[in-house]
Amino acid sequence: MSVLDAKIPKGPIKDKWTTYKDKIDLVNPANKRLIDVIVVGTGLAGGSAAATLAELGYNVKAFAYQDSPRRAHSIAAQGGINAAKNYMGDGDSTYRLFYDTVKGGDYRSREANVYRLAEVSANIIDQCVAQGVPFARDYGGLLDNRSFGGVLVSRTFYAKGQTGQQLLLGAYSAMNRQIARGKIEMFNRHEMLDVVKVDGKARGIIARDLVTGKIERHSAHAVVIATGGYGNVYFLSTNAMGSNATAAWKIHKKGAYFANPCYTQIHPTCIPRSGDYQSKLTLMSESLRNDGRIWVPKNMDDVMAIREGKLKPTQIAEENRDYYLERRYPAFGNLVPRDVASRAAKERCDAGYGVNATGEAVYLDFASAIQRYGSEQAKIQGIANASKEKITELGEKVVEAKYGNLFQMYEKIVDENPYKTPMMIYPATHYTMGGVWVDYNLMTTVPGLYCIGEANFSDHGANRLGASALMQGLADGYFVLPYTIGDYLADDIRTGTIPTDSPEFDEAEKAVKDRIDFFMNNKGTKSVDHFHKRLGKVMWDKVGMARNEQGLKEAMAEIKQIREEFWKEVKVPGSADELNPELEKAGRVADFLELGELFAKDALMREESCGGHFREESVELDGEQKGEAKRNDKDYAFVAAWEYKGEPADSVLHKEQLEFNDIELKQRSYK
Amino acid sequence: MNLTLKIWRQKGANDKGKMVDYKVTDISEHMSFLEMMDVLNEQLIAEGEEPVAFDHDCREGICGMCSMYINGEAHGPDRGITTCQLHMRMFNDGDTITIEPWRAKAFPVIKDLIVDRTSFERIQQAGGYISVNTSGNTQDANAIPISKHAADEAMDAATCIGCGACVATCKNSSAMLFVGAKVSQYALLPQGQVEAADRVKNMVAQMDLEGFGNCTNTGACEVECPKGISLTNIARMNREFLKANLKG
Repeated sequence: MSVLDAKIPKGPIKDKWTTYKDKIDLVNPANKRLIDVIVVGTGLAGGSAAATLAELGYNVKAFAYQDSPRRAHSIAAQGGINAAKNYMGDGDSTYRLFYDTVKGGDYRSREANVYRLAEVSANIIDQCVAQGVPFARDYGGLLDNRSFGGVLVSRTFYAKGQTGQQLLLGAYSAMNRQIARGKIEMFNRHEMLDVVKVDGKARGIIARDLVTGKIERHSAHAVVIATGGYGNVYFLSTNAMGSNATAAWKIHKKGAYFANPCYTQIHPTCIPRSGDYQSKLTLMSESLRNDGRIWVPKNMDDVMAIREGKLKPTQIAEENRDYYLERRYPAFGNLVPRDVASRAAKERCDAGYGVNATGEAVYLDFASAIQRYGSEQAKIQGIANASKEKITELGEKVVEAKYGNLFQMYEKIVDENPYKTPMMIYPATHYTMGGVWVDYNLMTTVPGLYCIGEANFSDHGANRLGASALMQGLADGYFVLPYTIGDYLADDIRTGTIPTDSPEFDEAEKAVKDRIDFFMNNKGTKSVDHFHKRLGKVMWDKVGMARNEQGLKEAMAEIKQIREEFWKEVKVPGSADELNPELEKAGRVADFLELGELFAKDALMREESCGGHFREESVELDGEQKGEAKRNDKDYAFVAAWEYKGEPADSVLHKEQLEFNDIELKQRSYK
Repeated sequence: MNLTLKIWRQKGANDKGKMVDYKVTDISEHMSFLEMMDVLNEQLIAEGEEPVAFDHDCREGICGMCSMYINGEAHGPDRGITTCQLHMRMFNDGDTITIEPWRAKAFPVIKDLIVDRTSFERIQQAGGYISVNTSGNTQDANAIPISKHAADEAMDAATCIGCGACVATCKNSSAMLFVGAKVSQYALLPQGQVEAADRVKNMVAQMDLEGFGNCTNTGACEVECPKGISLTNIARMNREFLKANLKG
């Protein structure tokens, strides 16, 4: 076992980033023109990085598998973006955002990185407003904030329920400006299929043009991976259908360590699944928990009557409802962090109180918020003795203004009106905190190979707080990577263009082509989705919200078996030299089938419960916290970084010990 | 329910293409339209045929990738949604459903139901941005108050997902709702004023260059727009365009 060097700057935490920036090597503007950078992925992290690097003067080549950078899945983020602006005057500060993030992540993130994130968070809002992002404002014309899970202040900036869209369109507009100037060369409908290393350094990629099927070589002085998370390993998740881990997994196989794969976020408020044909799950923003109250019936008779359609939730009296989050966590109530809320829903449903036919749903109820807002509006508008109907009408208007598009989305999918009857929700895989290991510079264990945004193992520890993914993606892309990459590239000003006719490119391209040929020529009988669904079921059942030793061992064996079968039995129609979505999927699922096993192995190794990783063997046995997750700081306060050794089961563990100097390690209590 | 599907099949950009009939059975009313297409494709793969290529990604109505012309309507029957949000409960057992790609000169077919929308990219590159570099020192976000009304209106314009339904549904294949929405977002905000004149001129010029038609105020685009982008945005763009050209 080796010790990983995170390259954290010395000095007090408040000064680390400033001191670091003062001391790094810079590349002068004339020399930046001689340097090429590849950015793979154009979501918030990749898009903001590509735009900023191009503004600085580097030649950027950006790659996206969709037909436009604007379609990356960052676009689907609904609720908001955190920033320590303290515009609300409610006691927020850089330190408090830092503290909340480390605590929310269950003390499994790197202090120095998180502090830097909190530090640059305010700049993000300034930058986005300057770009024309239409954040919500109050009547005085100033920016409005809302509150999210796991914190006691309002620091979340938002643009209706489409914050991710607006931020991505902001980064996209910045990219467009550079594309028009030729500083970014944009490769839409392209997929990276391998990274190329020359003399140990990342010097290029092999990509497939998804329209023509042509395999292309692209060289650069540094390669940045910004391809998002691996949530689709579960088959069903809130990720986009095309979201995949291929780029991250390929670089892992070429020497980049993969960290904490078992840290996955199961988001508490998603629309429950309805049938076997289901292709994806839809998230309902966490912002809804600001006003929605979560409950299940107290009595089993009511549960049964609801399932049989004999009783409506609105007919159940207040005293017969179990607002279990308010009951268990009085201090945070419905705004406990995501992992806590998800496990609490699972606990109630496992106990038999689920409110739909599958038994996997709880209510998210807006009735009391509608009444509260309605009464307030009646007062504001000077309506004396407003009727109940009038109050409801006024209240619904307020709720509509806040969450209208989410309510509409729900109604279109479920065919029920959430203004009149409570929403049904259930947890679903949403975000992956684990990912490619990076140091303070966001560089992987391969020199010149960077990883940013959700794709890296990131700043969220074992659990991410709401509205922090957008913050991290943009912090990495706008404000961190553009500095840190310069320090590395300063040595490359005399290197000149990297040739693509080297043996290293030959070899990488051959491996890519061989694999495609294999898929096209394999005489299998089963579709790619067949294997993906089977993998997803194993992951959800045995490596999902609650995990135990036996289940994890079984999962590893089962995933291996599915993988072996996949390589024998998979069937890919069509040809390789045309647009072929089945071929694209085959490559991605092949990688998920390896990643899934490492994921289970990591979960098996971590014999503690922390954040999104819950081991049934590790719970508090008594006291106020009875039944809650039990962390083990003595043995597991480290980042688990895995080195690829051929088979996922043979991966070698490297530990980065986490040091907590500025925050005291405590049990995470939301009671 | 059991359905007959009439689907446009076209091998590549240079292929002639034709409508082909397929049958699907046991379709649940709770399925989304694209899940029904998944069922068809699994069936085709099992039969040794090539599945139907169609664009899709987020499947929650925000990425703007999906793009089918269903029974003569962009994104199918139902309003305020994309194809991925269309549910089979909108159809009846025994229905025949016609599925075509977006049809517009500026959106050439790549394969089957997939079209090339990079013309939209080039319009955005012509001026769909505010020229501000990334720095940690832009002025404080609250330094310029923006009225809630203007911010909300800008937001309404900015919700465009760039799917192209407006173009597909317009008899002139006009992209003016798309361009109008982007021009409006910036025109409504103080940050966008500095470059307003150049922006509208350049974006309109690029739009014309790409071969999109003109607006004749039929309003079909507004009806089919999954995000309900208002025609007002076209009017605003015309005003901005006029203003920009009069000022020279």
